[in-house]
Amino acid sequence: MLVDFFLHLQRARLPVSTREFLTLLEALREHVADQSIDDFHLLARTCLIKDEAHYDRYDLAFGSYFQGAAALFDVKASIPEEWLRGEFMRLLSEADRAKIEALGGLDKLLETFKQRLAEQRERHAGGNKWIGTGGTSPFGSAGFNPEGIRIGQQGGGQRRAVKVWDQRSFRNLDGSVELNTRNIKVALRRLRRFAREGPAEELDLDGTITGTARNAGWLDLHLVPERRNRAKVLLLLDVGGSMDPHVQLCEELFSAARTEFRHLETFYFHNCVYEHVWRDNRRHNQSMGTLELLRTYGPDWKLIVVGDAAMSPYELLQPGGGASHFNEESGLAWLKRLSDHFRKLIWWNPEKVELWEHMQSTQLILQLLGPRMFPLTLEGISRGIDALRH
Amino acid sequence: MRFAGTDTYVATPDLMLAVNAALALERPLLIKGEPGTGKTLLAEEVARALKRPLLQWHIKSTTKAMQGLYEYDAVSRLRDSQLGDGRVGDIANYLKRGVLWDAFEADSPAVVLIDEIDKADLEFPNDLLRELDRMEFYVYETQRTIVARHRPLVVITSNNEKELPDAFLRRCFFHYIRFPDKETMTRIVDVHFPGLKRALLSEALEVFFNLREVPGLKKKPSTSELLDWLKLLLAEDIPPEALHSTDSKVFIPPLHGALLKNEQDVHLFERVAFMRRAGRN
Repeated sequence: MLVDFFLHLQRARLPVSTREFLTLLEALREHVADQSIDDFHLLARTCLIKDEAHYDRYDLAFGSYFQGAAALFDVKASIPEEWLRGEFMRLLSEADRAKIEALGGLDKLLETFKQRLAEQRERHAGGNKWIGTGGTSPFGSAGFNPEGIRIGQQGGGQRRAVKVWDQRSFRNLDGSVELNTRNIKVALRRLRRFAREGPAEELDLDGTITGTARNAGWLDLHLVPERRNRAKVLLLLDVGGSMDPHVQLCEELFSAARTEFRHLETFYFHNCVYEHVWRDNRRHNQSMGTLELLRTYGPDWKLIVVGDAAMSPYELLQPGGGASHFNEESGLAWLKRLSDHFRKLIWWNPEKVELWEHMQSTQLILQLLGPRMFPLTLEGISRGIDALRH
Repeated sequence: MRFAGTDTYVATPDLMLAVNAALALERPLLIKGEPGTGKTLLAEEVARALKRPLLQWHIKSTTKAMQGLYEYDAVSRLRDSQLGDGRVGDIANYLKRGVLWDAFEADSPAVVLIDEIDKADLEFPNDLLRELDRMEFYVYETQRTIVARHRPLVVITSNNEKELPDAFLRRCFFHYIRFPDKETMTRIVDVHFPGLKRALLSEALEVFFNLREVPGLKKKPSTSELLDWLKLLLAEDIPPEALHSTDSKVFIPPLHGALLKNEQDVHLFERVAFMRRAGRN
């Protein structure tokens, strides 16, 4: 019977493994938890779920399994309240909206109305007394059924104790955790350029042995500085409109690169690199001239450009072709400057490889860069890193 | 042998269950949570409650997995060989035991705390898989295998700075310490400040939870900050009335520097309160 529960969790896309399941069964055998469903909920969570980002999904899956609900996820519960309110306000007429304002706004109205609903339930009788017969609320006789509006509690009208997993207390942890960047980090690790810099603190055993032997046995300690990752990476990210579908992937890459490289500098550009790049994605007034960029970061820095190379060919070929401003030199001229300056340069393109030959701009950039454009997949990242190393 | 919190540490039922499961099945327990929610403290309190010795290993970014097992002090050996010391003959004299070696060879079962494992290098948790799983390791220099006499309870804390590898996660139990709600918070404060005036406590908690609701804070104040703030309030003898305000949204609490550690947060908070005040007038 618990095997079904385990498979149910797997179907809910929770990463649970057989070994963890066997551990859970062992824990049950050892009577770690009391014989109650709440304790079982907690015990199964401790054994099976290893990331708080999955807690919410687990609660939903648990709830649906042990209540036999048809739907796997409660779709209605995930519609944000603001949206419901917005829709609600839209459906009202002007006069009604004015009435709501007169009563102190929607929040106050909902409060009053929650109280009245509670009163109604307690009274049990009193006929079909809908809210609004007094003429003081905008719902009126032809208005909504008040119980149709979800005001917070999920259980509907029945009085039952709300279970812990129905409370969905972990809902907001889902998005805030670090993205799944481990795979990317492992690929980026290969760019580690270890160099020995800094104070000499590590024992060089071979050197010491050689030195001591030369000294006829008198100890001669040799120390060397510790190895540190000295790779210097300059990242240029395209944040133009056509990159929107790839935002998630770029964020993952950025998050991975940031923890991996100590010397990582990031700048943003729109569609193509022109005279300016931006330090901050949002504040466009914090720009740095591209020429200054070339002066600040020497040729030993490794340049990685991430962009879909999707723009009209005019942006690349002609001055003035830029979509957002008048650029005095063509995009290709700027790219050639970058290519000439940085000894190692690669381009990661999140667009699928099959589509590259259909985009003229991509073809133009490929011509300029040679075989240095790679797709933004794990394999493409690995190949790009190899190209940067050699 | 079960853990049920101590007189100085309030443990919620789910946390107690996780600790007891880890104890019963002798598996490591991974604890995550917002900073300041008592992750490190948990190991100390568990050791106290179960009357077991506590061995601590605080991980830094330069820590290698081998350091938890043992380190070979080559320099001392070379020096002693120079001086003609007799101990040089046996390499075992120069193996400095690490935390896990001590734990495995302890006479009674211990509690091992591996603090902030995510600070270390990416591959660090993978290097410890066998040691955590089978509780044994091989010493290359003396060609011995050290096996745990009594399996220690291993408590691992993480700040979620890096993602931990799957193979590592599969071998641990996991618990996320949620930020305590008002009721649990009251109990925690009670434990640290017994006899604190009810009025002051309720006002302070009100202010604290409202502050956590301010949008855009980079670092929300946590339990340890609340306790520090209360200590300051008591030291400065601030009366509960000073914390009370009819309009809690525009109120700037005294000594709020103890709650907001970030300069940007302090500015943001003062600006928000100022704007709200201006909005009302």
